[in-house]
Amino acid sequence: MAASRIADPTSSAVAGHPLAPIPYVVRNVAAETPDTNTLTIEPRSTRRTPVSKPGQFNMLYLFGVGESAISIAGGNPDGQIIHTVRSVGKVTQGLTRLTPGDTVGVRGPYGRGWPVAEAKGRDLLIVAGGLGLPPLRPAIYEVFRNREAYGRVEIIYGARSPKDLVYYDELQGWRRRGDLRVQTTVDAAGRDWYGDVGVVTQRIPDTRFEAARTTAFVCGPEIMMKLTAQDLVARGIPPESVWISMERNMKCAIGMCGHCQFGPSFICRDGPVLSYRDLAPLLQVREV
Amino acid sequence: MTPATEAKIVEEVARHPFFHGFDAAFVEGMCAKAVEHRYAVEEMLAVEGTPAEILYVVLEGKVALEVGASDRPRLTVQTVGPGEVLGWSWLVPPHHWRFDARAVKPTRVVVLDGGVLRHILSTHPKWGYQFMVRFMPVLAERLENTRVQLLDIHGR
Repeated sequence: MAASRIADPTSSAVAGHPLAPIPYVVRNVAAETPDTNTLTIEPRSTRRTPVSKPGQFNMLYLFGVGESAISIAGGNPDGQIIHTVRSVGKVTQGLTRLTPGDTVGVRGPYGRGWPVAEAKGRDLLIVAGGLGLPPLRPAIYEVFRNREAYGRVEIIYGARSPKDLVYYDELQGWRRRGDLRVQTTVDAAGRDWYGDVGVVTQRIPDTRFEAARTTAFVCGPEIMMKLTAQDLVARGIPPESVWISMERNMKCAIGMCGHCQFGPSFICRDGPVLSYRDLAPLLQVREV
Repeated sequence: MTPATEAKIVEEVARHPFFHGFDAAFVEGMCAKAVEHRYAVEEMLAVEGTPAEILYVVLEGKVALEVGASDRPRLTVQTVGPGEVLGWSWLVPPHHWRFDARAVKPTRVVVLDGGVLRHILSTHPKWGYQFMVRFMPVLAERLENTRVQLLDIHGR
């Protein structure tokens, strides 16, 4: 029989390739919203991806369909990784249809994350919109683990509607901690919603922070991040203390293919988290 | 209303962020006919289409602004809380509310009379200008926020 020309993905030759995914098995699937699931995956064998830093992302490979860059929403020392995925395209639709026991390929972690350690000793303002909360979740838990190292911590989380809020139970738990403030707001709601309604920037005047000693992490739709950063800088937070997680069409994730180029940067390699000081000029450029 | 109550209302309004820095006589003038009112959850502060001769100065609580049509449930498009003011229809003819306003938390407000406001703003142009310089950013911010909401940035 002629040797197969298709490489065995578990072979050592393929395993050493920078684009080769490592097989992970889906252990748990939690529905966040009608089109968004949180997957808990763990290595199928002893091979696993390195431990990630808050704000990094993985490339998730759905065998036979394709690959998609998904932010890392959590993990543990045993190698479990948490990803929250919204069905918006062919790959993510497939990822949201995975069930426990299914296999998914993982390569990563990639990119530069949130400067959580550098923010020690400062107030921290975390602003998330929609699926911008999952990339911030590991940073939030990192802060919880060293809570005494930070000053005031405030989280503002906005979504399209109440049913689009992810991690709803966790948000309630964060509120109950008593050592941080959590504000949630939605763009529109029915009469059964008694929380805030409006865009996230409307909640900023209600926060209490000392601008000069505040670091802000912002993640969400690009226009929301731009407006939020402008508002925070107008309130005195230095642009270099405002950090934004950019999203672009990532393919190789190792700074080779150029798909995610944003001005002089490759988002996969130089980001996804970048300071507003560096991003502000580019965010003014149309269709960059 | 007793003089003591009137003085308390003037004091509360003067402390409110929207009125911060205004001339004391101006604030006192705006508070002629003002009353304090408390609304329980679900009580309506305004009903779309009804006469609007009021500027609410929100002191405590939360108010949902709602719009809707006969073919769909009413939708909350904004909430207003302490430090904010509610209502501009007293200034804009034909002085009818353009939305519903419903308390979603126990809410305490000072109710300023629209007729008094129009009179004082028109007879004291300097104060009128100061008021509009303070009022326009509120309207502009709400317009900008509405535009962002219309963009449906969280949509697919």
